[in-house]
Amino acid sequence: MAELLKVEDINVYYGAIHAIKGVSFHVDEGEIVTLIGANGAGKSTTLHTVSGLLHSKTGSITFEGRNISGVPAHKLVEHGLAHVPEGRRIFLQMTVEENLEMGAFTQPKANTGESMERVFEQFPRLKERRRQIAGTLSGGEQQMLAMGRALMSKPRLLMLDEPSMGLAPILVEQIFDIIRSLHKAGTTILLVEQNAQMALSVADRAYVLETGKITLSGTGEELARSDEVKKAYLGG
Amino acid sequence: MIKNLKPHTKQNIITFLGLAVVWIVVTVLRSQGALGRSTLGLLVPICCYVVMAISLNLTVGIMGELSLGHAGFMGIGAFTGIVVSQSLMRVTSSVPLRLLAAMLVGALFAGIFGFLIGIPVLRLRGDYLAIVTLAFGEIIKELITCLLVGVDENGLHMIFNYKGLKNVEDLNLSEAGQVIIKGAQGATGTQTIATFNAGMLLIFVTLFIILHTIYSRTGRAIMAIRDNRIAAESVGIDITKHKMIAFVMSAAMAGSAGALYGLNYSNLVAAKFDFNTSILVLVFVVLGGLGNMRGSIIAAVLLYVLPEALRGMHDYRMLIYAVILIVVMLTTNSPAAKNFFGRFRFGKKGGAEE
Repeated sequence: MAELLKVEDINVYYGAIHAIKGVSFHVDEGEIVTLIGANGAGKSTTLHTVSGLLHSKTGSITFEGRNISGVPAHKLVEHGLAHVPEGRRIFLQMTVEENLEMGAFTQPKANTGESMERVFEQFPRLKERRRQIAGTLSGGEQQMLAMGRALMSKPRLLMLDEPSMGLAPILVEQIFDIIRSLHKAGTTILLVEQNAQMALSVADRAYVLETGKITLSGTGEELARSDEVKKAYLGG
Repeated sequence: MIKNLKPHTKQNIITFLGLAVVWIVVTVLRSQGALGRSTLGLLVPICCYVVMAISLNLTVGIMGELSLGHAGFMGIGAFTGIVVSQSLMRVTSSVPLRLLAAMLVGALFAGIFGFLIGIPVLRLRGDYLAIVTLAFGEIIKELITCLLVGVDENGLHMIFNYKGLKNVEDLNLSEAGQVIIKGAQGATGTQTIATFNAGMLLIFVTLFIILHTIYSRTGRAIMAIRDNRIAAESVGIDITKHKMIAFVMSAAMAGSAGALYGLNYSNLVAAKFDFNTSILVLVFVVLGGLGNMRGSIIAAVLLYVLPEALRGMHDYRMLIYAVILIVVMLTTNSPAAKNFFGRFRFGKKGGAEE
């Protein structure tokens, strides 16, 4: 399979703090790849670096063969890289539909309707609530909206930052069902999660981050069976 | 046909119609001689402050950043406008043409300064942005105080008198020359060509531009940044560019309002455009409702007229003004009052949102 995203030896600093220490990984087309790790391991920092919100001092980030390190975040959306930020960042004052329209900001206006229908197919719940103000949605629905909004830009790679955060277990199940069905529909996904069990169950491949370094990698199943991962992240 | 319009279009049409009615009524009253001298004198400044309020609302209400230096841009517009108008006297005798040129050049200069100031300022957010805009507003005022400008048949003469050692003699004007700006003494001997009609026209034009922007793709992007910066960036909105658009537009409109204001007085000092004026306009915006252009217009008119109407109360004037402000804030914020006033919102039922 063709390599879609390749991250090589990135080093990111917050002032004097060396947060990411030489991380490399890659995502192939059609895969779900997950980065798991504890709080503060550098998962979100890695994702922010890929999506252009932070910049690496070294190394390179290549997307579809093009070097994208140093490209500002808003430009990456046009390149086909969509980032669903942590914590369900939606436009609370706008309706569901308007939120989705904002997601198509970089797209020609003529395609908006068609993209929205596609999103509504994936998220029937959003269709029911299309005219509702987004701030009145439940937590799970807001996460769906954030994901749906990212899909409006027709991304080649969807990056999800902690989609299960702060959601009830049953909603986490739902969100992961959606991730599976997006995967089936051919979307490539880079998933960052603290919920290692769920993440490994959907992932083709996974990387374990610990204090800014990748310590383990393998297929989702391999890592789910690995003793180290079990002990550190899966509770036994 | 009106029923098929979008709700906001309907609201905007009502705003414009209301303005047109006010324009007609005032024009009729004036031609009947029903307005006293003091009232007539208020007409142009009211128009200027209405434009100031709606332009500041673009920054504060739509972009969501508190700017405390709006009077600075008004000052730039005022003094640029005065220089343009006085210099053009030698070229054309047409008053409307000079007025138009003054407002356009005033807007241009204020826009340029808005851009230059925006480069550092828009990197900041919240309180920090407010403090820095306050500083820039004061800096602009002080810089204008250092200006000596005159005009003669050879063109404009200008000295930047930052050490305070020079005076108007150093401008080397010819016999026929005229001093336009005399440093701290400000602009003197300005021909007052500002008119109420020009003011209303300016309100119409700026309001149209602002409303058109708000409901455009650019406006949606600006409001998206206000609502959630990270989400806005994640959908591909260029934050810096869109904030700059709003800030420069806001500054340019303040500039044109300033130009009109400047041409309403034969004497004008830069000290007029200080922090107090910025706050005055901010009060209009906050009381009128953030992001609510119609509210800004109404608040600007009422709150500008109020202190004038209270002149008879002498020393108690500002006290009563303050009490009224507090009462308005308290009552309009209570749910009962909102319901009550909601009934008077045209085109909406019972004030309830859809």
